[in-house]
Amino acid sequence: MSDPRLHYRAPLLRTPFHPRIAEANVLNQWGAWAGYTTALALQDEEMEYTAIRNGASLYDLCPMVKYRIMGPQAAEYLGRLTLRDVVRQPVGTVRYTAWCDDAGKVLDDGTLFRLAEAEFMLCCQERHLPWLLDAASGFDVAIAEITEAVAALSLQGPCSASVLRAAGLDVSALKPFAVTRQEFAGTTLTLSRTGFTGDLGYELWLAPEAALPLWDGLMAAGAPWGIRPIGSNALNLARIEAGFIIANADFVPAEQALREDRPRSPFEIGLDWMIDWQKGHFNGRRALLAERDGQTSRWALVALDIEGNVPAEGALLYHGKTREVGHITAAAWSPATKRNVALASLRRPWDRTAADDLWAEVYALRELHYVKLMLRARITERPFFAPARRRATPPEDF
Amino acid sequence: MSLDAIIIGAGHNGLVTACYLARAGMKVVVVEKNDWIGGAAVSRSLHPGFTYSNCSYVSSLFRPEIMRDLDLPRHGLQILPYEGGAVLTRDGGYLAMFRDHDANRREFARRNPRDAEAYDRYARDVLRHCRFIRPLLMRTPPDPSRFRPRDLAELAWLGRKVMAMSEEQIAAMVRFWTMSIADYLDEYFTDPVIKAYLAVSAIIGTALGPMSPGSAYVLLHHYMGDVDGNVGAWGFARGGMGSITTALHRSLQAAGGTVRAGRGVERILVANGRAVGVRLEGGEEVRARRVISNMDVKRTLLTHVEAAELPGDLRRQVARFKTRGSSGKVNIALDGPPRFTALPEGAPMLKGDLHFTDSIERMERAYDDWKSGHFSRDPFQDMMIPTMIDPTMAPPGKHFMSCFVQYAPPKIAGRDWTDADRDAFGKTVIDQIEAHAPGFRNLILHAEVRTPRELEAEVGLTDGNIFQGELTFDQLLFNRPLPGYAQYRSPIRDLWLCGSSTHPGGGVMGAPGRNAAAEILREIRAPATMGDAYAVL
Repeated sequence: MSDPRLHYRAPLLRTPFHPRIAEANVLNQWGAWAGYTTALALQDEEMEYTAIRNGASLYDLCPMVKYRIMGPQAAEYLGRLTLRDVVRQPVGTVRYTAWCDDAGKVLDDGTLFRLAEAEFMLCCQERHLPWLLDAASGFDVAIAEITEAVAALSLQGPCSASVLRAAGLDVSALKPFAVTRQEFAGTTLTLSRTGFTGDLGYELWLAPEAALPLWDGLMAAGAPWGIRPIGSNALNLARIEAGFIIANADFVPAEQALREDRPRSPFEIGLDWMIDWQKGHFNGRRALLAERDGQTSRWALVALDIEGNVPAEGALLYHGKTREVGHITAAAWSPATKRNVALASLRRPWDRTAADDLWAEVYALRELHYVKLMLRARITERPFFAPARRRATPPEDF
Repeated sequence: MSLDAIIIGAGHNGLVTACYLARAGMKVVVVEKNDWIGGAAVSRSLHPGFTYSNCSYVSSLFRPEIMRDLDLPRHGLQILPYEGGAVLTRDGGYLAMFRDHDANRREFARRNPRDAEAYDRYARDVLRHCRFIRPLLMRTPPDPSRFRPRDLAELAWLGRKVMAMSEEQIAAMVRFWTMSIADYLDEYFTDPVIKAYLAVSAIIGTALGPMSPGSAYVLLHHYMGDVDGNVGAWGFARGGMGSITTALHRSLQAAGGTVRAGRGVERILVANGRAVGVRLEGGEEVRARRVISNMDVKRTLLTHVEAAELPGDLRRQVARFKTRGSSGKVNIALDGPPRFTALPEGAPMLKGDLHFTDSIERMERAYDDWKSGHFSRDPFQDMMIPTMIDPTMAPPGKHFMSCFVQYAPPKIAGRDWTDADRDAFGKTVIDQIEAHAPGFRNLILHAEVRTPRELEAEVGLTDGNIFQGELTFDQLLFNRPLPGYAQYRSPIRDLWLCGSSTHPGGGVMGAPGRNAAAEILREIRAPATMGDAYAVL
């Protein structure tokens, strides 16, 4: 499309990996993600999920929103913006982080890559350019939206390190949340030991032109380990097992909420562990301090183990089967743990007091007929699934 | 046979009131001065094979609750959503709006990446204000000076809504209600063309410029409607805006009511301080238990009620109600589709609203002409071609074009409009289109040019104000049209107001007509089944 005015003729962009994914997507199941066409499932959702937990999987991450932050005060700026300490974040590492508005409500969560002393990449679900630019006032930084300029591919699964080794990429020394640069087929890849599956896995960041050679190289190298492309449905199941949350699925970003009771503080979505109270001022600190000291958090994010095998997607939660105390934001039967699991937003103090008497109202579809079930829900540990292999360095072969 | 109600004016609000009352078992007659019905929601055929939307031209505000209550789809009503639009810029480019979120973001990003991502924030904030204001549309405003239980209850309801908001939100809301749209948009955007596009809704029908305080609220007024739940979206009434009043007319007939068209009301008859009927042109008197006026408050009380029946102070207060006209309309039958040089072949923007004013500064300059008593030399246009979507309004391949034009004052330099003024106004509009679409003039088969003079003479809108009174904050809620008379009752017993002069104001919304009916039914203790407006999101 040479005329930039004609972009509207294809409102959903195709990612640099699209030619390969389109070929593999024999089910022709596509969904829109942040303005891109992405595969929901390609051939068999369950097999795709199994590849994540058994062999190796490839997932196209290109639509993830990406910002590059550069400049002598980039670290100070990001420390002021986000909850964690960025100044002391070592070069070559990635941090899972979140950032808040002045009221201490979460705008988004994401991963922050420190690629050099004065160069960062911030990856997230939603778009924040006005916020990032406004927050940069007084800092010597340059911020650019680079979503389309960086292709990204996620390689996940217990054999993912083996696949990389077979493709000529050495990651044996790469620790979880570390990032490195390596040569591949004449281009430089950025390679991080990160992912959204709770398993061993890596994410690869590269120029869009290098996308197809990388895809082909990994597919060829990974054949012995049964590597396969996966769609968003399989990934979503893995992320629920890993207990990860998603903006606009498990919480409403503060900048998008219409109702004033919808935004959530880090305490209310289980992200308070990120807060570095010692690092000096950061956005939302005053409000969060007051919330911590006054114990005024209204919600809690909890992991639930629900009786039976019917996924409790969207279910309302009751204390004593009568009093509504929350709702489920993500749910699935977990193949890896053989449990019926869910993430839920629960009103405090029922996250503590209702533990023995919490119920999910589930509508089970049985041959076109909904059956209403009240299922006991027990608060349990998050993540649901956390295999040791995800952390082992050097990584195991399988 | 005695009538329960005479409704003066077969515009959309008069018909809505008539329908609700007829459905409640009342015997009602609507009298209409024109030979046709519709008021400002009217479609006439002024050129063979063409149907125009002569006045109002798009629909979003018309309440779906009313469509449903009155069974209007069964009586032929169909609303067609339309695709975005564009503003054509002086440098030969354009900025489009798209219904698709990502296409819209990329379009904005062509001009400014930051503004592209700021749009969501802007839309959220305007939607937040919509969430507050929409429930008020279908409720009678409380009278804060009286202490009747229902006023106190309504005030308490309002108070609870306000108290449910954070301090920050209350501040944001009050600022929004009183700000200019130019200042408001400056808080989100930097690109002048993006701001010019978004400012449009804040000046339509309003004798304010984009830099006038209060214009931001007018934007909200145009944003709080919906097409089938899509808040802020606009659509065409299939068959022209007259199909709305045609459907209402059929619904009224089905409920046993009638419209008598072709003879206007000369006098509202008042006896012992009560309205008892009307005297039509030609002298015929029609009596009824009550008279309900869909005319604006000035026309109703100053022109059609004997001066002696009203206190002088009140008459002066009515006279002060602002009805400054600001707009005109040019309706054109075209022999074929116009070709705008800026737009790509087959551009979907042609199916939406096209504008030629590419900065707020230019809009304000157009308003400056109005202030000095002249129509704008470089006017703002909201131009649509409904036949790009609606196959019923013109023969195949030919098109009906509706040009809403601002600014046009009620008087030219203090004197009445002349035919020559009107023609010069029409020429200015057509020249502006021709500049963007060479050859346009040769496509014109027929054009109807309407200035505030024609709007007043034909539709009865005082000073040609399309909202029957400006939508400024001093004239809204319990101050619309007058303090103490915001509950659809006039100062004369049994004389009611149901037009856009009353809460919640103008636009083809139907809410004033529906609320007036609710008040009348409440007074006679008829079982009312009307509910609140549907929720937003």
